[in-house]
Formats: sequence, structure tokens, C-alpha cells
Amino acid sequence: MALLSLKNLSKRYLSDRGEWTEIVRISSFELDAGEQVLLQGESGSGKSTLLNVIAGIVAADEGAVTLDGTDMRALAESARDAHRARSLGYVFQNFNLLDAYSCIENVELGMAFGGKTDVALARKLLERVGLGERLNYRPDQLSQGQKQRVAIARALANRPKLVLADEPTGNLDPSNAAVALDLIQSLCRENGTALLLVSHDPSLKDRFERTIDLSELNEASSLLPGSEGLS
Amino acid sequence: MNSLSIAMRGIRERRVSSAITIAAVALACSLLMLVWAFKKEAEQSFAGASGGFDAVLGPRGSKLQIVLNALYHLDESPGLMRWSDYEQATKFPAVEAAYPLAVGDNYRGYRLVGSIPEYLQNHEYAEGRSFELESGGSLFASGSMHAVVGAFAARRLGLGVGDTFHPYHGLVYNEGAKHEEIYTVTGVLKATGTPVDKVVWIPISGIQTMSGHNPKAATDVSAVLIKLKRGASMAGFQLDMMYNKQGDRLTLAWPANRTILQFFDKISWFDKILQAVAALVAIIAGGSILAILYNAMNERKRDIAVLRALGARKRTVFMISLLEAVGMTFAGVILGFVVYAGLGMGIGEIVQRETGVALSPFTGNAAMLWAPLGMLGIGLLSGVLPAIKAYRTDVSRNLR
Repeated sequence: MALLSLKNLSKRYLSDRGEWTEIVRISSFELDAGEQVLLQGESGSGKSTLLNVIAGIVAADEGAVTLDGTDMRALAESARDAHRARSLGYVFQNFNLLDAYSCIENVELGMAFGGKTDVALARKLLERVGLGERLNYRPDQLSQGQKQRVAIARALANRPKLVLADEPTGNLDPSNAAVALDLIQSLCRENGTALLLVSHDPSLKDRFERTIDLSELNEASSLLPGSEGLS
Repeated sequence: MNSLSIAMRGIRERRVSSAITIAAVALACSLLMLVWAFKKEAEQSFAGASGGFDAVLGPRGSKLQIVLNALYHLDESPGLMRWSDYEQATKFPAVEAAYPLAVGDNYRGYRLVGSIPEYLQNHEYAEGRSFELESGGSLFASGSMHAVVGAFAARRLGLGVGDTFHPYHGLVYNEGAKHEEIYTVTGVLKATGTPVDKVVWIPISGIQTMSGHNPKAATDVSAVLIKLKRGASMAGFQLDMMYNKQGDRLTLAWPANRTILQFFDKISWFDKILQAVAALVAIIAGGSILAILYNAMNERKRDIAVLRALGARKRTVFMISLLEAVGMTFAGVILGFVVYAGLGMGIGEIVQRETGVALSPFTGNAAMLWAPLGMLGIGLLSGVLPAIKAYRTDVSRNLR
């Protein structure tokens, strides 16, 4: 059985002009446990919305999102939050670290809502991403690449089944991007965690077992404003 | 890491605004307790500091002035009365004891009060409590040049047994108004928590015949303190009728403690102003919490969205925001107790210095419960609106 399964998924938004616009329409998609998949898509292809639907941050209007045997659509919002806290890790393009917290505290926050905070694990993860000497640094004391490494450690902190990565190298220079990707992929492998990474960078294709063109997967993307000419 | 620690971190991160809010809550809480609890304590202490007397007889004048002068050793005497008036008062069957007082001199600002030794020897200033001397002391004898010093005055003046001093004329200390007489301290009274503590006691003849005083007033007295026999409440009415309604030369302040309570009633408008100020400060403190947290929510939408993306439930971020409000209020309330204790002890010290009445800010009072709880309620209410804002934060829109 697939770890993640999307069936006849649809998500619409009410535009400023008062019209409903379908952002995501996916007939079928599956991701196995431990699998690493690259979703390639340009800006406006609905990738962030798709990841938010998978994460249960926003609810799908139609269809089914089954994560680790649980239909996210059948859950109440608070139950979706709890499921996300237990089963998912999230890596953002802008890192989204909390500036008021140190590196180790940011990683601890990744565990705070899914169970017990394990300081030893947080330290171990930061050591694993090469930041063992900067446990108590705050994000504003780190380089962009270091920030993303903290974010990667945070995403793995609750031992998730699946990590969602939304353009994780978008704000990094090539060398830091390579380090970040290596870390995400190797940490996911070490933990048996599946990875669904969204990026517009075609050079990443060779790193993944499976690459899917989001404009083909998301049948609504061709209808979205600014999506003309997407491959 | 839990909701409480996240909330506390939020408070710490906004150090300046949090400190101002906590200070405002502390000020409001301490003011509320001072206005209600401490004022009640002051009323009770003043009424209870009537020194075990039921009435004060004085020259024709204001009852309040007579009581303040004779019992609290404040204000001036409204005049003089004859020694025979004192003797007559002692002869009423319902009068258990009567003691004459004479005032008019001081030692370095502390009032010299002349009386008979029986006052300090026999009188109970409270139920079952008589005046006691510190070890090694003795009372003055009538007509002697000896003095017994109240505990507070002795401490302030640095007087002890064997010390000598010159009295000064008048109730206000004037270096140039020194009398020639020299008095020797023979005893220091143990603290009573009453105005007796701030007085230097000498034989009544000492005041009456002090050099420079009018020889014609050498037998006059300033007031007579009266204790009625137990169960002789009707006697008070009768004396009141006799002195105040039928007579026109003397005034009887009876019951003595009611006079002081009437004084508090007369200044109740001042209480109302203080109460209004305290309530206003409490409202401002609540508004401050609301404004700080509400504005902070605008700056923290991304942080809240990140917490939600990490799995925080809506009710968790609601609770974190509410805990920040309650946490600031709680810190303010704790600080409020410290401010209250500090102000209370400071005011108590001033009141004791001026009146001799001992006030304790730590006497149990309902206001010390409802004022902090009320502030916590205001803090909680003030936190609801920002918490709703946190609850409603659009995660996907604020995750960039």
C-alpha cells in the first residue's frame, strides 16, 4: 500500500473577482514509503497549494488524500493538525525558522506538537547537518545555507513518514543547494522517510528515482493564469 | 517545549513592551489593594487606637480636634479647661477612670504630654494590655522632673534611661524656643502600636508650670481622657447631654472612636477619587495588554503559520496567545504585591511617624484576593481578541 495516495483531488479558490478558480486537479498519484520523488513545476503550477493540501494545512474540496492509511479529508481540522505533527516534515524555500529561537530550539519545535520533545535527538540531528557547534545560535547569526540545514533537521525531528520540500534550494547558491539536497536525501534515506520535493530546477532530475512534471500531473495548472507555455 | 514555554518566550522577546505592561498591571493591582485593603486597615487601626478610652472631654470646640489632639497627639488643643472640670469628671459614678492631659511643649518635634502617673500605671490601652516599661526603667512621680518616652519617640530621638533634655516651647520644634528646665528620662515604654508611642510623657505639673507659660493657667488642662465602667453605655448619653446639649463651656467627644470614623467618612470623596484612578489604571493595563498582543499578532502571522505548519492546532496557538496575556498579568500581579508591600510599609512608616498608629499592609483583606483575581480576569479578557486573531491566522497565505 502506498504511503501517500491522491485520488480525484480538487482544490478551488475564490478569486478577488468573486469567481471560483480550480488550482489543483489530480486524478491519481501515489508515493511509496521511503520513495523519493521530484515534482517539477514552474511558478503558478499549483505546487504550494498541492503541498498544503497533502499536509492538511488546507482541505481539498473533492477527492481523497490518504497519508499513512488515513484519509485526510475525513479528518476534522484539529485531527489533521495532529496527523501532520506526527507524520509529516516540511521544508520551505524561505526556511521559515522562528527568529526568537536558537537552532536547537527550532528543531525542538519540530517535535513539540507531535509528541515528546527529545533534546538529544535535536542535538544529534543538528550535529548530523554540520551545525553541532552552533546549537545555540539564532537564525539571524547563520548563513542562508546553514538556515536551510536547520530547517532540514527540524523537518526530520518528529521522525516523519514523509517530508515535503517546497523549492528547498530556491534561496541558496549552487554549492549550498547541493549540500542541502544531499542532506535532505541522505537523512530521509537513513530514516526510511519518503520525500516529495517540488522544484523548478531541471538539473535535479538525475538525483531522484522518479520525476513527475507537475503541469502534467495537475490538470488544472494549464488553466491557471500565467501558466501558458509550461512544459 | 510546550505552549507555556512558547508563550513565555513571546513575552521575553518583547521585553520593553512586556515590561511596560507588567509595570502597568503591577501599579493597577497595588493601587487597588492600597485603596481598598490598606484604607480599611487604616480605618480599623485608627478606630482601634483610641487607647482604651470611651470619651474625651475638652474645651468647647470641634470633637474631631479634641480627639485628634488628646488621643492621636495631632492638631492643636482648642483651648484650656479647669482642673475642677477634670475633678468633676472623675466623680461621675459611671466613670471608671479619668486622666488629665496638658500639652504645649515638644522635644525636637516630638510632643511632650503631661499627665498623672496613674495613666501609665493603671490604664489598659487595649483589652488586658497595660503599658510596660523596657527593663531598667521606672515611671515618673508627680511633680518630678522625670520623663517616660514612648517607644517610637525614644528610637527616633535616641533617648534612653538616664538621658536628659530641655523641652522646647510649642508643638512645633523651634530651636530658639528652648525652656530652661532639664528633664531626665527614667523609662522607655514598650511599643503599643498606638499614638502613645510617639510622645514624651512628663508629670502634668511640668507642662502647667514650665518656665514662660502663663502662670494663670498653672492648673489648667488641655483635655480629660475618660473610660466608662463596663455596661455603662447610657452614661455616655447622659454625659453627652450634659456637656454638649445643656452646657456651653466644654465638649465631650463620645464615643471617641466614632469621631475618627466620622472623619474617615468626611474624606470618603478622596477614596472615590483614588478608586477611580485605580480602576482607570486597571483598564489602561488591560488595554495595554490588548494593544501589545494585537499588534504583535500582525508581526507574528508568519511565526503562527509556521507553528501551525509544524502541527500546532488552532486551539494551541489560541492558548499560546492567551497564556502570553495571562503570563504578563500574573507577573504584574506578583510585582503588584511587592509594590503594595513596599508602598504599604512606606506609608505605614510615615503614618506611624506622624500619628503613632501602627499599620500593617499584610492584614488579611478580601481586596487582596479580588484585586489580583480581577486583574487576572482583565488580563484574560484582554488576551481573547489577539488570541482569536492568532486562531484565525491563514496558514497558507502567511507561509512564504
